[in-house]
Amino acid sequence: MSLNTDKTIEGSFQLIGGDFSIAGESSAQLKKILTDLGVEEDIIRRASIATFEAEMNVIIYAAAGTLNYTITPEQIRIVIVDMGPGIKDIDQAMQEGFSTAPDWVREMGWGAGMGLPNIKKNSDEFKLDSVVGEGTTVEMAINLP
Amino acid sequence: MKLSEVVEKLSLDVKTVDDGLQKEVTGVYVSDLLSDVMANAKDGNIWITLQTHMNIVAVAGLKNLAGIIIVNNRQPEKEINEKAESEKITIMTTSLPAFEVAGELYKMLT
Repeated sequence: MSLNTDKTIEGSFQLIGGDFSIAGESSAQLKKILTDLGVEEDIIRRASIATFEAEMNVIIYAAAGTLNYTITPEQIRIVIVDMGPGIKDIDQAMQEGFSTAPDWVREMGWGAGMGLPNIKKNSDEFKLDSVVGEGTTVEMAINLP
Repeated sequence: MKLSEVVEKLSLDVKTVDDGLQKEVTGVYVSDLLSDVMANAKDGNIWITLQTHMNIVAVAGLKNLAGIIIVNNRQPEKEINEKAESEKITIMTTSLPAFEVAGELYKMLT
């Protein structure tokens, strides 16, 4: 076990759609929690990237969302539930380079169709559920050695 | 190579966190796509971009980058500089385009 605690650590962050000024704050806080726990750098890096991308998806597309994390000695599990438009075609959304982001978001350098693939690439488990008109849930887990 | 050597060689204008100039530069990544930087930049890299908005600070912090060089004489807003100060991210600006900055850095680092 690599953590310097054997307890389960849980928490959540609220995300507000359209608020680009808070983008990255949940992932930065999670990064700090993982650093304090003594998690190895490569795992922190993967968790941070996946979390930041998931945060961005809520900020870009949804009205609001919640990010929940659970850290056990075995894994980091992150679940993001949003109240957004939902994803019509999940296979298409998972294709690198596919994006439905508006131009102004692309001009900021987001919306390149890399978000979901980046999350998947950095996770050991990845699950995406979505209902059009209701919202999207992204669940990811990264195993701890 | 230290970041301060890069600043001197390219006559960069240091906007934030002067004491970050002691950081060791491990390489350079050039991109205006933030997800690309998150996926592919490495610890200690300099990031060359024309983006000037708030999220560049968060991305640089997350990836432990040595600093950000903003090209083409673009200037970050005051609040971005304030955020960079608080997150200890060195932001530098230059009137040079990305190609020239990258070219100089390539020569310096190889």
